Amino acid sequence: MAKIIGAVGTSHIPAIGKAMDQGLEQTPYWKDFFDAYPPVRNWLNEQQPDIAVVFYNDHGLSFFLDKKPTFAIGAAPEYTNADEGWGIQPIAPITGETELAWHIINNLIEDEFDVTVCQELRVDHGLTVPMTLLWPNEEYRKIKVIPVAINCERHPMPKPSRSYKLGQSIGRAIQSWDSDEKVVVLGTGGLSHQLDGARAGFINREFDLYCMDKLVTSPEALLGYTNADLTETAGAQGVELAMWLAMRGALEGDVKLLHQNYHIPVSNTGAGLMLLEPS
Amino acid sequence: MNAARNPLDTVTFDGPKATQGYNLNKMCYSFNEASSREAFKADEAAYCDRFGLTNEQKAAILKRDILRLLELGGSIYYLAKFAGLLGLSVQDVGGLQTGMSTEAFKEKLVRAGD
Repeated sequence: MAKIIGAVGTSHIPAIGKAMDQGLEQTPYWKDFFDAYPPVRNWLNEQQPDIAVVFYNDHGLSFFLDKKPTFAIGAAPEYTNADEGWGIQPIAPITGETELAWHIINNLIEDEFDVTVCQELRVDHGLTVPMTLLWPNEEYRKIKVIPVAINCERHPMPKPSRSYKLGQSIGRAIQSWDSDEKVVVLGTGGLSHQLDGARAGFINREFDLYCMDKLVTSPEALLGYTNADLTETAGAQGVELAMWLAMRGALEGDVKLLHQNYHIPVSNTGAGLMLLEPS
Repeated sequence: MNAARNPLDTVTFDGPKATQGYNLNKMCYSFNEASSREAFKADEAAYCDRFGLTNEQKAAILKRDILRLLELGGSIYYLAKFAGLLGLSVQDVGGLQTGMSTEAFKEKLVRAGD
């Protein structure tokens, strides 16, 4: 059966991609952020996963409000991206995966997660920034990716507990797939931030660190939050905790924390990094 | 329930807001494409009209009034594309919304880490 070798939680802020494009990693603003990544890259190099299941949210590239899925999953051989309106340098296409994707889709429907299935999808910074951060220099192209998009844009959004259960269901599906492939799960986005309104710039370090702690030891402690709670405590875009919860849900039972970092600010955001292994 | 504005001075982008702002957001969504950005820059008001923005939404676009655009149903994700078209970073937009200079806004973010 396929094996989940571990999981990574990481920021997906567009400015990270720009900083990498411009070679700013060792400048004072960025150094502490980027210096946290080599241990995760080294672990990925040692472990050599074949497939990455990536929980992310689309920020209005592929999905507009005309058809906005609550949960969507990709089953395409390749994913392209675009400049998103900001002149971001698009990256070379992401390699897709379809066999495990369809196995997950079948299992999700069986599990009563009636997910939207995408055989064509443009992926934005929510997915591409983590890929280039974890596998720089286009090394990400050797990893086969299954994108899973969670609506974090328009209320109503899935309850945090529901995103966790989605992750659990996907985790079970991966482990029931008849294959020797090694799978890593990525949760992207967050942590606390708010881009909009008079409260723009709101960050909550204490809450972010609390969440990172609970994600390791007892994720159930976070499942009682509503999206309104997260908006209040972690900012309007703090609801992106959903992807970290889904990532943690995919790892059944106890986990070992191999590496973590938390840095403020990256752009408008508290930036978290976490590497977990099943124990 | 009129939940558009909560005590945190944050406009919740929910169903009613998505209905109110649909055309505005659709216009900003079009800015994903470079050709649309050029068309907007060539004649901003005409481009707003093409998408059927209300007069209030059009006026707020022309004035770059982000707070007003949020009140009129704009989603920050699509307004971010409008800001990008104008060459503004999210810190610039943060400054505009909070009445601070970009530098002061950036300093506030750094202080959040202390």
